[in-house]
Amino acid sequence: MDAQTVIARRIAQELRDGMLVNLGIGIPTLVANHVPAGIHVFFQSENGLIGTGALPEEGLTQARLTDAGGRPVGALPGASTFDSAMSFGLIRGGHVDLTVLGGLQVDARGRLANWMVPGKMVPGMGGAMDLVTGVRRVIVAMQHMAKGRPKIVRECNLPLTSMRPVDLVVTELAVIAFPQGRATLLETAPGVSVSDVRAATEADLQMPDDVPVMKL
Amino acid sequence: MRTIPLAEAAARIPDGASLMIGGFMGVGTPECLVDELCRQGRRDLTVIANDTARPGVGIGKLVTERRVRKAIVSHIGTNPQTQAQMLAGEMEVELVPQGTLIERIRAAGFGLGGVLTPTGVGTVVEEGKRKIEVEGREFLLETPLRADFALVQAFLSDYLGNLTYVLTARNFNPVIAMAAETVIVHAEHIVPVGMISPDQVMTPAPLVDYVVTGE
Repeated sequence: MDAQTVIARRIAQELRDGMLVNLGIGIPTLVANHVPAGIHVFFQSENGLIGTGALPEEGLTQARLTDAGGRPVGALPGASTFDSAMSFGLIRGGHVDLTVLGGLQVDARGRLANWMVPGKMVPGMGGAMDLVTGVRRVIVAMQHMAKGRPKIVRECNLPLTSMRPVDLVVTELAVIAFPQGRATLLETAPGVSVSDVRAATEADLQMPDDVPVMKL
Repeated sequence: MRTIPLAEAAARIPDGASLMIGGFMGVGTPECLVDELCRQGRRDLTVIANDTARPGVGIGKLVTERRVRKAIVSHIGTNPQTQAQMLAGEMEVELVPQGTLIERIRAAGFGLGGVLTPTGVGTVVEEGKRKIEVEGREFLLETPLRADFALVQAFLSDYLGNLTYVLTARNFNPVIAMAAETVIVHAEHIVPVGMISPDQVMTPAPLVDYVVTGE
């Protein structure tokens, strides 16, 4: 199983029936392909849609029905559309149950940086700051390292997205949470040892006595 | 509301004007108005919008032709030309979190002195802003944003200017229609009064100044 599939599958296990969920671009989008059987969730797209569905086949796309990246999407029966003020009211107001976002860095307390690399990449924050600040539960989906460097660090040297700590980080190596503001290893991926995770992580990791293996 | 030919609508917008433009990555942007502003050579514009789309699409056309002096947007990642002009100092770009941007526009349109949002507290976004504590929680005071013109893309307009929008092409459109001195609308279809039932109207007619006819 490749890294992205491990991450997406593990995060999909966090979905609960009836949740309103916002998925970011990249690995987070893949979570929609792994929704467990028997669970129905609503996917929100922050450009003004609840009920995002798979892309319809060619010829049936609708130019005025797009996702937050501007790409055509489908809408499921029971979908709803609204303006941007409503969309961000849903996000900031705590009406969205779960968001899954990509990350550049996460610090030892769980604070996320994911919107710019000064001098290199300044795309703008889009909706990321509102999502991390306002959504009930925030999960970061990312590779554990970038170019051989740990992304879970003591302190972020990239600009933060929000002061609000994220709830969970899921990588191809591990699941990490931040109880009492301390990075804590919850699970390892199949075939990955606790010391592998420690070696790939800059932040100090709390180790419970029992660290189970992800069930994929 | 008055109906107005496209060229005349664009001619009402002077160089240096501030424009709110509907659309999200070009979806819901009044493309014909953008094209006409380019054709008429308008310049030094301030654009307030969600994003600058892509080169060749929507607001991206104004960027390509270097008509934008300042952009107040939430995202420029999909338009390398915006980034290049910003880095070269040719265009000023103010990046605003998307939820804050739409609320600043809404605040202006709704007659509010600003909004208090938790978004951006403790980040670079808080620089130069007042922090206000309410019930033990910190918020940023974000000020209202208004513009000289709103360029709105609607699905239907009737001959009074009642508007509806379609699917995700709604986005910023109904909000900017509240926040500008002059509201210019391009509608996909212009329909007789009564065709849009009162419950379906998303922007009431008195907010609209001009509906563009003919392309």
